[in-house]
Amino acid sequence: MSELSRADVEHVAQLARLALSDDEIEALTEQLGVILAHAAQVSALDTHDVPPTAHPLPLVNVLRPDTPRPSLDRDEVLAMAPDSESDRFRVPRILDAP
Amino acid sequence: MTALETADAVRRGRRAAAEVLDEHLAVIAARDDELNACNLVTDELARDSAQRVDDAVARGEDPGPLAGVPIALKDNLCTRGVPTTCSSKILEGWCPPYTATVVERVLAAGAVPVAKTNLDEFAMGSSTENSAFGPTRNPRDPSRVPGGSSGGSAAAVAAGYAPLALGSDTGGSIRQPAALCGVVGVKPTYGLVSRYGLIAFASSLDQIGPFATTVGDAALLLDVIAGHDPRDSTSIPGPVAPLLPSLDRGVEGFRVGIVEELTDAAGIDADIRDAVERAALTLEKAGATVDRVSIPSTEYGLSAYYLIAPAEASSNLARYDGVRYGLRVEGDDVAQMNARTRDAGFGDEVKRRIMLGTYALSAGYYDAYYGQAQRVRTLIIRDFARAYEQFDVLLSPTSPTVAFELGAKTTDPLSMYLSDICTIPTNLAGHAAMSVPFGEGEGGMPIGVQVLAPALGEEPMFRAGRVLESGR
Repeated sequence: MSELSRADVEHVAQLARLALSDDEIEALTEQLGVILAHAAQVSALDTHDVPPTAHPLPLVNVLRPDTPRPSLDRDEVLAMAPDSESDRFRVPRILDAP
Repeated sequence: MTALETADAVRRGRRAAAEVLDEHLAVIAARDDELNACNLVTDELARDSAQRVDDAVARGEDPGPLAGVPIALKDNLCTRGVPTTCSSKILEGWCPPYTATVVERVLAAGAVPVAKTNLDEFAMGSSTENSAFGPTRNPRDPSRVPGGSSGGSAAAVAAGYAPLALGSDTGGSIRQPAALCGVVGVKPTYGLVSRYGLIAFASSLDQIGPFATTVGDAALLLDVIAGHDPRDSTSIPGPVAPLLPSLDRGVEGFRVGIVEELTDAAGIDADIRDAVERAALTLEKAGATVDRVSIPSTEYGLSAYYLIAPAEASSNLARYDGVRYGLRVEGDDVAQMNARTRDAGFGDEVKRRIMLGTYALSAGYYDAYYGQAQRVRTLIIRDFARAYEQFDVLLSPTSPTVAFELGAKTTDPLSMYLSDICTIPTNLAGHAAMSVPFGEGEGGMPIGVQVLAPALGEEPMFRAGRVLESGR
């Protein structure tokens, strides 16, 4: 697998929504390269007819009766938000102003 | 006093829960400035709980199997209204609006929660040095780490803050600190204990489990917390047989296998290999037969884990975006606010894992990294299944070394990751395993021997653990 570049790390940071500093990007470029080189050992095993395991339990479609039940207390939840207004979470603008 | 003894004395009215609590709070007050095992001492909640227990006894009611027993809770388990931080700046000051099922169950059983314990931020680490609130120190030698990520819980039990604690184990985060602090630590079968209210790290691997000073106390606590919970869709349905009644039945006729790949690997201290051999001999003397077994794919466990766990973490930790709870750093728009909040709120190791996981899941690399790791996971499960056709339980070291000095591995992430080489395969397979103290190694520090069992193999695992404990 190809060497990890600084541009790769910047791209991944953008995907992960992390505003990393230049120093952080530099350190991570080196560290992630070392860790990925070790992790790439998994490719040494022949797995062409082996199915992937996403989860160790054979449970599928765990359902419950569709009956209403109490939810979390709204005031208690909103009290923990960084900002709220009219029973809603308040965030900075998402779209450009008209 | 063990938890079993304390609960018995409190239930019979021979000791007051309030008095038991005061003794333990005095130990915390005396030692925690140095050890830093507690993020928060919950003395008010503890006094209320102890009072309820004493009132119940006075009324002639049974407060439950954990009556008046102090317990420490890892600070990634939610209690409504009690600050829960995951040792991260991003959750500092956050009070959950709900309570974890395990916390509800221990409270209903009469336990007295004395503290929220320190951890590696979001349970990512093997030394409890990755905490936004400073490292925890090992009670046996404060120049050394307690292990991690549940290092605060392990240290709390080892230092006598409480006879019981709860932790979480994603790749060894209960067993490795238990080994390094000289206490018992159990990673139950995936799905045996509800994770409702455990702040998620890697959801296909995380499991909650007990710390205790004895195998019997660990069984007592696991009996209280095990069992189906409709609020956790990964919880195993059906009843669970209690462990305490069969604990002392011994290991006569047990077939025990020493896992070669996890015992003879490079980097494992000779003292620790010897301890595993002596543990096997102890079981043999008690009537078990012992042989060696090869589980080849476990050699690839670490590599697979460090793709799967960060991949799941990168998804789980996407929720810390400055919108609904915790820290917010303002920005011109939502995306900038999200990215600035996450850079300021997460520590270095958490960022490293988010980056690693995001990369492993990104277009062009998914099949080579994450997909391949999931296939290796299948191979590990198949290899274990073959081994358990021949053996009832398996043995290996818990940790390749005894507790190391603070700072010894902080500059080299990969060397820190290698601390979990013996514990990770159990999580990948979804099986059970426990660490039992067994002798001492370098510097007089405790050694832990790991007993591994298949899914829902807790009964034979605890019986073997009990024999090891009495034979060490």
